[in-house]
Amino acid sequence: MAKRERLSGNEAAAIALRQINPDVFPAFPITPSTEIPEYFSKFVADGLVDTEFIPVESEHSSMSAALGAEAAGARSLTATSSCGMALMWEELYVAASDRLPLMLALVNRALSGPININCDHSDSMGARDAGWIQLYAESNQEVYDNFVMAYRIAEHKDVRLPIMVCQDGFITSHAVQNMELLEDEEVKNFVGEYEPEHYLLNSKESMAVGPYGVSNYYMESKYAQVVAMENAKKVAVDVMNEFSKMSGRQYGLFEEYRLEDAEYAIVLIGSAAGTAKDAIDRFREEGKKVGLLKIRFFRPFPGEEIAKALSKVKAIGLMDRAESFSTQGGPVGSETLAALHRAGNTAKTIEYMYGLGGRDIKVEDFWKVFDELEEATETGNNPSGYRYIGLRE
Amino acid sequence: MALEAKNITEKSKWHEITEGNQIWEPATSKHFNTGEWAKDQPVFIEEKCTQCLLCTPVCPDSAIPVKDMKRLDFDYDHCKGCGICVKACPFSAITMEGVK
Amino acid sequence: MIEIRWHGRGGQGAKTAAMLLADVAFFTGKYVQAFPEYGPERMGAPVTVYNRIDDKNIRVHSNIYQPDYSIVVDESLLEVVDVTAGLKQSGAVIVNTSKSKEEIIPHLHGYEGELYTIDARKVSMETLGKYFPNTPMLAAVVKVTKAVDEETFLKEMEVSFKKKFATKPEVIEGNLAALRMALKEVQ
Repeated sequence: MAKRERLSGNEAAAIALRQINPDVFPAFPITPSTEIPEYFSKFVADGLVDTEFIPVESEHSSMSAALGAEAAGARSLTATSSCGMALMWEELYVAASDRLPLMLALVNRALSGPININCDHSDSMGARDAGWIQLYAESNQEVYDNFVMAYRIAEHKDVRLPIMVCQDGFITSHAVQNMELLEDEEVKNFVGEYEPEHYLLNSKESMAVGPYGVSNYYMESKYAQVVAMENAKKVAVDVMNEFSKMSGRQYGLFEEYRLEDAEYAIVLIGSAAGTAKDAIDRFREEGKKVGLLKIRFFRPFPGEEIAKALSKVKAIGLMDRAESFSTQGGPVGSETLAALHRAGNTAKTIEYMYGLGGRDIKVEDFWKVFDELEEATETGNNPSGYRYIGLRE
Repeated sequence: MALEAKNITEKSKWHEITEGNQIWEPATSKHFNTGEWAKDQPVFIEEKCTQCLLCTPVCPDSAIPVKDMKRLDFDYDHCKGCGICVKACPFSAITMEGVK
Repeated sequence: MIEIRWHGRGGQGAKTAAMLLADVAFFTGKYVQAFPEYGPERMGAPVTVYNRIDDKNIRVHSNIYQPDYSIVVDESLLEVVDVTAGLKQSGAVIVNTSKSKEEIIPHLHGYEGELYTIDARKVSMETLGKYFPNTPMLAAVVKVTKAVDEETFLKEMEVSFKKKFATKPEVIEGNLAALRMALKEVQ
């Protein structure tokens, strides 16, 4: 039986982790992710989990300890934000290339500078090429549900890649909202025991992790990671379908909202999707055919599927919450454009930047985006350059 | 399907290499004939040897096999010819002359 | 949907009050949101906290720009923050003050909606012996917004206080008295 609750995103994450009962959780605090290990260490102190909780001296150490524990055969994770993740940089790549399916509870926060504690996606988007699966959430419910599903995807024998479970700093992490929790038993049974085939503490098998790979091996290793990432799509869909049977909540690689007959669409990631949905509902009341494509998995990037979902729209707003300094838009923009191009989709696009460093995005901002998309279509003019939303000019 | 480590070579295809390049067997260095790198290699003069076994632990490549508390001749497949054993031997029972 | 914006100063408990309001509304079956506007945390600096309360799931994640109610936990903020900015004329502003409404009105930038006042300091000192403005303000918000029925509110708060002050049961009665008194005092 589902339990009705009202929790912040960080509380929801900590509760999901309590229900999962992982083996090892090294952590170092950084705003706004600190509450996750904070709540969790209370569960440890209260004897509600068997987890080995390790307070370490830096994020470089927390990720090192987590991946070491994972190699040893333990289901592991750590949590961080922003500069904390930047300090993990080297280990992020090691975890992925050593094929260690640990979890990172990432609470998205802008990277310095100027130094800032609020939400944007510059931390995780910077690490998008590290080889991790990346899963994002719109609401506290989705945060919780993603945590419950994450290990099943990461640990699958066809995948075995680390997974980053992301949520928007403060916007979901520190906001209390209604949600439903699953029973402890349901989560335990769904997630199951971690039984790696090969692990360092196996007394019956000698094993080496992370050997040197000369040029004659390196590319083959990278391609194997690409194939595992491709496999993650199908595995994720299977896990999400199974989750739906248990919870009644159906997720996909991305979510389509009122997109089936939409003429104008926006593509984005994270909590802004909720605000966009309200904007779309009000625009629809005026007879405007507008819709949303919310990306949940940015890695693997479901490009072909996204291009198909956008095949009938006239114009698309590609909205990013992380600057890439390509001067052409952000990562959502460039990846989606590549997918559209490959599919021969020539819809007009405008690339937008929004919400950097916690800048609020409002319902009205989305109306403006839809107005601009409509205008670009009707005038036939190709929109030039990309645009900052809410910038003082 | 990944091959066993001893069968993985620079000709192996991507799917024949283990996941994460992990090695799931012990002592795979045996499969590498690193003795081939040696410019010079030592010679064991058995009649001078007192079986004190001082040479065995100093060999960086474990190339001096021991059986029943007695050292045997060198494992030339793995001896890189560093000559440390020559210095360790108090009885001049090892020389670097003769081979290669 | 009811949208509420709280104006307080760091350390006065505006965030706690907003969380408690969300809790109480949640227990009456509502959908809620409670979230502060985060920045560097500094005791005494102006802080803004938000509540949304609705009968259906709340999806919007932006701050609140056209609130139904504006709650001023610290009177001195009237001088530094435009507490009625965007406030709906059909709504109300609730100010913690010992002054008369006539004295407050000039600070409201011409706002024409309802003004309620409550002397939270008096309520708090009489019932708790210390100045904690958030408890009386919470009761005032419940009274004015009718977001929750008063009886249910008092019942739920008693449960909540028993949990929150499990180690200091002596303050539970004082807090409940503060709520009851504030429900009467708000005008």
